[in-house]
Amino acid sequence: MSFINYASREINCKIVYYGPGLCGKTTNLQFVYQKTAPDAKGKMISLATETERTLFFDFLPLALGEIRGFKTRFHLYTVPGQVFYDASRKLILKGVDGVVFVADSQEERMDANIESLENLRVNLQEQGYELDKLPFVVQYNKRDLPSVLPVDNLRKELNPTNVPDFEACATTGEGVFETLKAVAKLILVDLKQGK
Amino acid sequence: MANPQMVMYDEEFKQINSVIEKLLKEANAKVIFLVDKNGQLISGVGETERFDTTSLASLTAGNIAATGGMAKLIGEKEFSILFHEGEKDNLHISIVGGRVILVVLFDSRSSLGLVRLRVKKASDELTIIFGGLLKKAEEKEKSGDTDFPFAEITDDDIDNLFS
Repeated sequence: MSFINYASREINCKIVYYGPGLCGKTTNLQFVYQKTAPDAKGKMISLATETERTLFFDFLPLALGEIRGFKTRFHLYTVPGQVFYDASRKLILKGVDGVVFVADSQEERMDANIESLENLRVNLQEQGYELDKLPFVVQYNKRDLPSVLPVDNLRKELNPTNVPDFEACATTGEGVFETLKAVAKLILVDLKQGK
Repeated sequence: MANPQMVMYDEEFKQINSVIEKLLKEANAKVIFLVDKNGQLISGVGETERFDTTSLASLTAGNIAATGGMAKLIGEKEFSILFHEGEKDNLHISIVGGRVILVVLFDSRSSLGLVRLRVKKASDELTIIFGGLLKKAEEKEKSGDTDFPFAEITDDDIDNLFS
């Protein structure tokens, strides 16, 4: 849940990037980090193995600016995508305000996408959330690769409820900010409605 | 929802800060900060400008969550106190009132025993304040009197954040 501090006039929200291993969650955060003005970001923390696979999480605090005199901060987290890190993924979902599902568009990763999305649903339920009621967006990443599936196929499997979705290439940054913007907007609209 | 919304008001913020300021002096600590279990920094006192408290808050919450997961696996409810010993500086991390994490950073000018003793007393006071805060937020929500500044934001306000 977001944390509203009337004393320091701040609102903090938590966004989690979820998806199968090597889909580009960390790359998304790295691009946001590179392109954000120094005064608007904190340090990016990556708890990763020596081979740069995320071990626990990546963390990037962003200060977007003020709304009605309240500083609006978003804390971006990624989960470790590899299947056997499930216990860690559950922990990171605690207190989540919005979720970005990063799908790997390559044909051979479709099963991994579906498994990860199902895992997201189950893990959210364990924390008392429902994916369909949370601010949620989908990103079809790696659109630059040769063996990608058409977006319509991906959409059919991964976005049946028609939440906002975006094509992306996180290494070049295409679609990265559009995705972040969309989920942040959904979170703020939720806050506005007092959910 | 899993957890009620965490809200902080001026009055309680001052009370909380006076408790941890006192703890800072009594425990001879360098920095003390309070973190929500979700990783949001609530408040900090002492030499906070020397440390990246936002990152520390997030990692502390991750740490508590991870050890909490370990506790459950061996049949414990939680590990309510963690202690990290460094060459110069040490961290004493404890859970207050089941929801908030109290972090005390101290060096050789203090001792683990002293910190534990003082933390215990401060925890009791903080538990009462946070209990009251939660009740207040619930009552405000029930009565619809949220005086929430976001109720009136417009799409333009939101778009402006990203311009």
